[in-house]
Amino acid sequence: MATLQEIMSKPVGLAPGHRMCAGCGIGSMVRAILAASDKPVIIANATGCLEVVTTIYPYSAWKVPWVHVTFENAAAVASGIETAYKSLRKRGKIDKDVNILAFGGDGGTYDIGFQALSGSLERGHNFMYVVYDNEGYMNTGNQRSAATPYGASTTTVPAGSKSFGKPQWRKNIVEIAAAHRIPYTAQAANHNIIDLYNKAKKGFEADGPAFLAVLQPCTTNWRFDPALTMSYSKLAVETNFWPLYEVENGKVHVNYKPKNRKPIEEFLNGQGRFKHLFKAKNKHVIEKMQMMIDKEWGRLLKLEESGIEL
Amino acid sequence: MSTWKPLSGTQAVAEAMRQINPDVVVAYPITPQTPIVEFFAQYVANGIVDTETIPVESEHSAMSATVGAAAAGARVMCATASQGLALMWEVVAAVPGLRLPIVMPVVNRALSAPINIHCDHSDTMGATTIGWIQIFSENGQEAYENMLLAIRLAEHPDILLPAMVMQDGFITGHGVENVEIFDNDKVKAFVGERNPDRYLLDTEHPYTIGPLALPDYYFEIKRQQEEATRHVKKIYLEIGKELSKITKKEYPYFESYKLEDSDAAIVVLSSTAGTAKDTVDKMRAEGKKVGLLKPKLFRPFPYKEVRTVLKNIPVVGVLDRSMAFGAYAPVYAEIKNALFELEKRPKLQSYVFGLGGKDIFKSDIEKAFNELLSGEVSSEKERYIGLRG
Repeated sequence: MATLQEIMSKPVGLAPGHRMCAGCGIGSMVRAILAASDKPVIIANATGCLEVVTTIYPYSAWKVPWVHVTFENAAAVASGIETAYKSLRKRGKIDKDVNILAFGGDGGTYDIGFQALSGSLERGHNFMYVVYDNEGYMNTGNQRSAATPYGASTTTVPAGSKSFGKPQWRKNIVEIAAAHRIPYTAQAANHNIIDLYNKAKKGFEADGPAFLAVLQPCTTNWRFDPALTMSYSKLAVETNFWPLYEVENGKVHVNYKPKNRKPIEEFLNGQGRFKHLFKAKNKHVIEKMQMMIDKEWGRLLKLEESGIEL
Repeated sequence: MSTWKPLSGTQAVAEAMRQINPDVVVAYPITPQTPIVEFFAQYVANGIVDTETIPVESEHSAMSATVGAAAAGARVMCATASQGLALMWEVVAAVPGLRLPIVMPVVNRALSAPINIHCDHSDTMGATTIGWIQIFSENGQEAYENMLLAIRLAEHPDILLPAMVMQDGFITGHGVENVEIFDNDKVKAFVGERNPDRYLLDTEHPYTIGPLALPDYYFEIKRQQEEATRHVKKIYLEIGKELSKITKKEYPYFESYKLEDSDAAIVVLSSTAGTAKDTVDKMRAEGKKVGLLKPKLFRPFPYKEVRTVLKNIPVVGVLDRSMAFGAYAPVYAEIKNALFELEKRPKLQSYVFGLGGKDIFKSDIEKAFNELLSGEVSSEKERYIGLRG
């Protein structure tokens, strides 16, 4: 198995140095994923932080072929690339193996990009879709998305005297992707690079579509100290807020089980978006959040134990 | 050897696609375009072409997958109409800026609301400002030949812009005519293959397509797009001459029908031009000097050339099959623009007709010609043909 040092020192298609916010983990996430491919990679990127910070014309941080079209269509663009690849190969115009990869943020994946994603997975195009999930429309300023957690205050669903923030639970995008009966789906987090790398490798090697959701704590809009990105990623996993698991040909496998599950307050504490939850009147929100997390975790373990195919 | 086949306009376009044998065809059904992708799918199913197809889940994804395949280096086509074009508009608008030579047949149809599946031009007239080449076809024969011309035009290294080839929904789209299909080998040699300089599957030479351009560069890039558009007219004629060698037809920017000595002329696009030509013949036989201008290349619009042929005609009526609410109708606006430079301009009259598939008859066009000949026209007041009450 590759070591962390080997993974992160491998030359990849993204140039070093970046225009991301201080403390942003997208760069290390992309590096770990690209390191997992032993073939040339072609990238379709949805509109979002990653696209904006890597391609400010006339510069490009990409040393691999890369395309951006619009916000919601990275999966459909990748379908086109994959089909062109099949066609040009069949016609003898190209003769090498490639991996095709799509990147989208949670807005471009859970919400507006959902249809294109579902269509591509249903048609079985051979590419990996990666959502870097920072739980909101961060590039445009902390608006709510379907990935925004229950209780978070956003600019479009702010906390106030009559509101505790977002009143709905997040959309379970991983299980929805798995429900397309694709060969590989997984959930990873930014602090656990080796787990992320291994999952990306399996995704690239899958015979058909693969889907990977990676938690990417956003220092700017979650509002925490930029030094703590990886700590918050880890806390999300240690609290079972963001379990690390994979669905391989339908079978659920939980990759990491915290020995002593930490209370959700430890993840919430210090994040500006959850600050209001620590007021006495919102105690019930944290309690409900804890209850829902425990329930979801219990369900995930049962799925794993049962061996039932998703 | 060319062969004559009884074909609908959509089938004629599918025949052009069969001969082009693109690397990728992306399909989503929408009436009245649907037969194009269905005929083509049957060619694939029967092994007549070896194209890879993507039957997508929406028009938005249709254009997105088309863009992905074109950026990857493939020659790729998809087709649409009406609401489909409207749904894919966001991506359609991105294509010229990405400089991808996609050719898309459009079978013109009215836009909602109210919902109506029949012919008018409000779909493509809504997409005249975003940088696609637009070529209109009178019948299935023209639609077929325009597809061949468009692919060469779009892919020309001095252009690299997408092109739409229009025909009238149901009227041309589903009406069956005898269409001359030219020799496969000659057509294949004419269209050749797409050989892009840069493409995503060339992993040895990675390139970034579709970056973010801020105020320091966006304007310059759009200006370059305009420069490419300015090359279209010249190259359209050159490629048209090349195509003439196979088809023995001519490919001017517009067709002038008995215009030269006309006392009154009508300007009208697509299938209605055929009806108008019959009307011209009938009226000419009665000694009335009338003529027709049928635009074919609508974007870029040949202002100067149109001005040259219309300048000595006393009265010009422009028949639009769409409206531009709160503005002059689209074709009328272009003709008015074209003539403005003249010191002595023809009198002008705008007519709107045929919205949502309303029929237009020779008698309607004759009535319009007689109005024009009477000189009782107003350049400011839109008139309607076939409007009830």
